[in-house]
Amino acid sequence: MITKSAYEMSAAMAAGETSSVALTQAHLDRISAVDQHVHAFLHVDTEGALAQAKAVDDARARGEKVGPLAGVPLALKDVMVQQGIPTTCGSKILEGWRPPYDATVVTKLKNAGVVILGKTNMDEFAMGSSTENSAYGPTHNPWDLTRIPGGSGGGSSASLAAFEAPLAIGTDTGGSIRQPAAVTGTVGVKPTYGGVSRYGLIAFSSSLDQAGPCARTVLDTALLHEVIAGHDGKDATSINAPVPQVVKAARDGNVKGMKIGFVKELNGDGYQPGVRSRFEESLELLAKAGAEIVEVSCPNFEYALAAYYLIAPSECSSNLARFDAMRYGIRVGDSDGASAESVMNLTRQVGFGREVKRRIILGTYALSSGYYDAYYGSAQKVRTLIMQDFTKAFTSADVLVSPTCPTTAFKIGEKANDPLAMYLNDIATIPVNMAGIGGMSLPCGLAPEDNLPVGFQIMAPAMQDQRMYTVGAALEAALLDQWGAPLLSRIPALAGTQ
Amino acid sequence: MSSLSRSDVANLARLARIDMSDEELDHLATEMDVILGAVARVQEVATPEIAPTSHPIPIHNVTRPDVVVASLSPQAALSGAPAQEDARFRVPQILGEEA
Amino acid sequence: MSLTYEDVIAKYEPVLGLEVHVELNTNSKMFCGCSTVFGGEPNTQTCPVCLGMPGALPVVNEKAIESSILIGLALNCSITPFSRFSRKNYFYPDMPKNFQISQYDEPICVNGYLDVEIDTDDGVKKFRVEIERVHMEEDTGKSLHVGGATGRIHGADYSLLDYNRAGIPLVEIVTKIVPGTGRYAPEVAKAYVAQLRDILRSLGVSDVRMEQGSLRCDANVSLRLIGAEKLGTRSETKNVNSLRSVERAVRGEMIRHAELLNKGERVVQETRHFQEDTGLTRSGRSKEQAEDYRYFPEPDLVPVAPDAAWIEKLRASLPEHPSVRRNRLQEQWGVPDKEMAAMLNADALEIVEATVLLGADPTRARGWWLGEISRIANEKNVAIADLAISPKDVAEIVALVATGDLTDKLARQVVEGVINAEGSPQEVINSRGLKVVSDETALMAAIERAIAAQPETAEKIRNGHIPAAGALIGAVMKETKGQADAARVRELLLGHLGQPTN
Ligand SMILES: [Mg+2]
Ligand SMILES: [Zn+2]
Repeated sequence: MITKSAYEMSAAMAAGETSSVALTQAHLDRISAVDQHVHAFLHVDTEGALAQAKAVDDARARGEKVGPLAGVPLALKDVMVQQGIPTTCGSKILEGWRPPYDATVVTKLKNAGVVILGKTNMDEFAMGSSTENSAYGPTHNPWDLTRIPGGSGGGSSASLAAFEAPLAIGTDTGGSIRQPAAVTGTVGVKPTYGGVSRYGLIAFSSSLDQAGPCARTVLDTALLHEVIAGHDGKDATSINAPVPQVVKAARDGNVKGMKIGFVKELNGDGYQPGVRSRFEESLELLAKAGAEIVEVSCPNFEYALAAYYLIAPSECSSNLARFDAMRYGIRVGDSDGASAESVMNLTRQVGFGREVKRRIILGTYALSSGYYDAYYGSAQKVRTLIMQDFTKAFTSADVLVSPTCPTTAFKIGEKANDPLAMYLNDIATIPVNMAGIGGMSLPCGLAPEDNLPVGFQIMAPAMQDQRMYTVGAALEAALLDQWGAPLLSRIPALAGTQ
Repeated sequence: MSSLSRSDVANLARLARIDMSDEELDHLATEMDVILGAVARVQEVATPEIAPTSHPIPIHNVTRPDVVVASLSPQAALSGAPAQEDARFRVPQILGEEA
Repeated sequence: MSLTYEDVIAKYEPVLGLEVHVELNTNSKMFCGCSTVFGGEPNTQTCPVCLGMPGALPVVNEKAIESSILIGLALNCSITPFSRFSRKNYFYPDMPKNFQISQYDEPICVNGYLDVEIDTDDGVKKFRVEIERVHMEEDTGKSLHVGGATGRIHGADYSLLDYNRAGIPLVEIVTKIVPGTGRYAPEVAKAYVAQLRDILRSLGVSDVRMEQGSLRCDANVSLRLIGAEKLGTRSETKNVNSLRSVERAVRGEMIRHAELLNKGERVVQETRHFQEDTGLTRSGRSKEQAEDYRYFPEPDLVPVAPDAAWIEKLRASLPEHPSVRRNRLQEQWGVPDKEMAAMLNADALEIVEATVLLGADPTRARGWWLGEISRIANEKNVAIADLAISPKDVAEIVALVATGDLTDKLARQVVEGVINAEGSPQEVINSRGLKVVSDETALMAAIERAIAAQPETAEKIRNGHIPAAGALIGAVMKETKGQADAARVRELLLGHLGQPTN
């Protein structure tokens, strides 16, 4: 049962073939069996998950109408606060903190009867592309345990690939949903900025952060999308408009007459040959399905990475100032006569990892007087240019596509000491965040040279998220036809299991 | 191109309230130079006539009505406090401007 | 130390700059729904937002925006079509996020002015104080310093933080530099704050209680040699918690600067703290390194872009401007300029108007508040508004005097009784047995006894020397313990001695 889709699990529960408690227990057992190797979870809430599962079963037994994902287990990225459940954001500085409130996304999940299994590993404060920056140790890619699962949401995507959960929540600031999805052979969607509430999402870069759904199929992703999306009065940047009909789009999957633009600048040099070939084959499949493929050019995308590494650090330098050992989290150096300032300094030295400190310092510099215009100010202008590129491209295409990342999963430790090389991983995902539009990654095969998953990225204009699901569903169906079974059926057995 | 000295980085670390060893400062100064060299590319295209974008989705006037909603209980508010006393957050002595 | 104020203004021109922080009286905080009620138990008015918890997000209070626009309109400002919040980044334990959400380069109101009048020996003088900006921001929590000798921040062993005040909406009103006030700088500063307070009160946007901190003034003062172009170095005095202190602080800083400059020393640009007891300022430990606030647009909030319809709706709701109201009342009540100034100076306009609205004659109402009641307030060193006597009490007393139920002398006793918390005027009259003796038989008997006691005086009166009547009236009043109506006594006495009674 654990290898089925969330949609199938839900149908099985509705048909009385299984219960949420049984399903939840099966996933808890799977976690017990494999997570020592994968390390997708930072915290497993066995009791809470089973209680929620029982509540759903009881409701169903009473004949109450439950939502489409009621009783289905889910893995929650540890960036989301959940009342009473340890929430660390992958950082030592929050070790032991149990939030006194729920994120809006968590409230929606609970209301929908989704069973939250626990919190998943991530790069500290979502800063990274490999989950190696977690203060609690790296997550391993279920396709090859010596490789990274992507980041920052490596735990969420790895839990899907390892069949520890059929659904997961991720957050995407520069690709943190899509890049892990790509390298683990799963699906991940970054909705339009403002489409899903950020209330209770521990902020990394407020103007870029967006929570989104992760799953193993396009339809599951859409079902979860509709559960978590919608206007929230607690988030001033939340869009006050109806949620795009993504489930309907995922069921339709009809691309006849759609114009699909491949972005010239997001392919070619620097992209692994196997990544390129799988991407190009998928384009052909979409053309066969009736879409018109066009080439578009976004000349300013080459500045996106630089702008991102100014905007995100600047915002994070301010967002992370609150971690000061005064109100919550760890406190270091509070010995007799120590000042509040020295305790803050010591706590932040010990509590933050290297990448977080690096970005805080970079952001502090980019905002400081005398440098603001040259760095932060210029980066915000590049943002304008990238948005203009998208606007123009979307006049000739309904969606834009590219490989999700330039390479397949690299080895753990391979880029740990080269921040710039690491940053390059997000070159194709970052423009989407800069413009606040939607982006999806779905698996499009294995790169022949290393037999590792390749991600196909679909980008849609703001508030047109359903277009990604239409195209994603069409491609998924075409690939399934070709493969005969889902890509994940080809995943090697995990070491020490089965 | 700007180049950051160890003392520049020390000043940034002070502003950011992060204690750093000399070794860390040296290391970071070198890294910052490399990273700044890469990100400074934004200046190539950021010409004066381009308006900066700080919000990706242009909405405005989002407000809440002036209505009181329930606060946390003081127990919940203080539940994560490293130290507390008399329903207040207890913090080390604050040195600084006299109030 | 030997410099006098006259020495200072003979040589230097003061330049003022005033920053006033106003706590708005909204029900909920600036960015969350926590209550703003003053004086709650510690940390009972806090939530994830105002505690700066991970994941929490601010949403702006609509009433706070409207109050800010009202303030801007009342101060003749332009309301900017597009304004934004920014983050002001610096670490301080009473600030939960370690940044303050404020407005920086795009405030909600700009370019206004306030005309203030001050009463001088050369007549009433008018000064225009130009307003640079009005912007919104949030307050910080409060810290309690424990240990150490003084209970102050220095020497404390540790501090206890209460975040009930964190996130209370504040409006900051900043003037442009105010040159040209000359010797009147301290009075102009005081009059500006007083008038600003009156406007804010009339708008109903704040409690404007300086002593409770809902109105706080920072006074920037610099001196330049008369005729010089270049501005001098300024000091910024904080903690100025009363109107009187505004005046004292400006005057004190002018003298302190002049002494430094005369000695060839430099004025340090720094924050200073006003000492209520000495009237002097004390340096607020200038930091070794300057702060760099690293302002940038608050990404969690969207711009505030009030459209014309919204602004006009608010403009239509503006109350009468205090200066217009002042002129109207002066005219209605027929108050001479000098006395109007006295009334404003005593901060009594509001309370006199309230008394008049309860039916009291304006002249008499003014007489009581500026006379007897002000005298008692001075004795007790409090404001008239803080005495336990209300406009209603005074209106009642004025009415009792008008009907002859009280004499002026008795009325003074009633006022004293009400202020001493002996109850309402009627209760004081009852408990103290203050009654006008109106029994004319009793009065006549007392008059006859007075005549018998001073036969020569009576004879003078009979001979037409009316002024001598005073002694006999006095004797009667004394006998009746002041409870007789002196005018009636006079009538009866003169009639009895065969003289005209008016
Ligand atoms: Mg301010
Ligand atoms: Zn609050």
